[in-house]
Amino acid sequence: MPKKIKLTDNGAEFLKQIEKLSGETITMCDQCGTCSGGCPFVEEMDIMPSQIMRMTMLGQMEVLDSKTMWICASCFTCTVRCPRLLDVSKVSEALRQTKLRQAIDNINIDDISKEEAEELPSIAVVSAFRKFTS
Amino acid sequence: MKDNIKIPYFPGCTLKTTAKNFEISAIEAGKKIGIEMVELPKWNCCGVVSSLTSDDLMKHMAPIRNFVHAEEMGEQGLVNDKRMLILCSMCFNTMKSSNKRVKGNSEDMKSINDFMYLEKDYEGTVDVVHYFELMKEIGFDKIAEKITKPLKDLKIASYYGCMLLRPKDIAIDDTEAPTIIEDFVSSVGAEPIAWDAMSRCCGSYHTVNNTDIVVNLAKGIIENARKSGAEAIITSCPLCAFNLDNRQKLILEKDPNFKTMPVFYFTQLLAIALGLEEEFIGLDGNYIDPRPLLKEKNLI
Repeated sequence: MPKKIKLTDNGAEFLKQIEKLSGETITMCDQCGTCSGGCPFVEEMDIMPSQIMRMTMLGQMEVLDSKTMWICASCFTCTVRCPRLLDVSKVSEALRQTKLRQAIDNINIDDISKEEAEELPSIAVVSAFRKFTS
Repeated sequence: MKDNIKIPYFPGCTLKTTAKNFEISAIEAGKKIGIEMVELPKWNCCGVVSSLTSDDLMKHMAPIRNFVHAEEMGEQGLVNDKRMLILCSMCFNTMKSSNKRVKGNSEDMKSINDFMYLEKDYEGTVDVVHYFELMKEIGFDKIAEKITKPLKDLKIASYYGCMLLRPKDIAIDDTEAPTIIEDFVSSVGAEPIAWDAMSRCCGSYHTVNNTDIVVNLAKGIIENARKSGAEAIITSCPLCAFNLDNRQKLILEKDPNFKTMPVFYFTQLLAIALGLEEEFIGLDGNYIDPRPLLKEKNLI
């Protein structure tokens, strides 16, 4: 007999929030894996982009503890290939923002040495701080 | 077609700091091919990465403020082309995304204009154009006619990266099978090679605090270029340039057998092919010294 998956109240609320923030209908994802197959960062991730979609769809808030959303650099490779026209990079951004808006930064300016800071192009520093701080 | 395109130019932060050679070569080469770049007065940082959440209108304000000033340049008759020319791939992507968002949403446009009440309203009349697109408009065949020093026998890997090709509504060419940079390479007399990594991400801002990611990706991209027969890589992104060029130092530390490869801004090749002086090519700014390769090809 088929089993029906029922989201917990918290889980349903989480899904709703990520869908609103990303503007993506995450439940449309049919788990084909195209995003994970083409992602240039997938080797660095602990779970794959398609798994982020699945966990969010199921309201599993542990997805926020994965490092995948921080590794995603919004290169949009998945965005242009998704057969369901979903934008996984927007979902990643929504997950990052969910964490960042609790005032939890993911970069510490003191970790960057003075020499490195002088050498780095300004666009590198600005973009890292936009992606990793609230 | 106008004889001389006189167009507002948005430099962005990095072209004034680590990518000065990109700017000077683009400006001086532009003069030879009919592009007069007029720098935007009072420009500000675009924010580099386009914000991707639905409730972040504030983050689109910085790009829009630049468009207000581009409109003013048009009204004052300082330019004969009302678009905005951008060189840096990241600025291009971010500015074009924000522009698209407010042009397609009158409520967002009004909110931003209301918030920037000290500025004139943005009327939504500016389009963003990249240097590659402008050259295509002029005609790569016309540019080829102006070349005085063809880059004969120089095998070039055309690196698009992410920001010129994705998302689709921002792309300057076909997202999966682009040809615009290869067409440019041919126009300056060099040989564009076919390769796999042309639009693979270089690791972007991870270069700030996770260099391992960048080292792995950059190494893969450079090795793919070499395997495909390239002698140098060209880019239009100062962040890709840093990751592919300067980070070769870290690649070498990890793998002493790694063979380095010069990385150019595409405008540097254009400047060489147009016979410009070294001061307008700026080879001192390249980390891996491209001079041995250029000498070998009798280009300097």
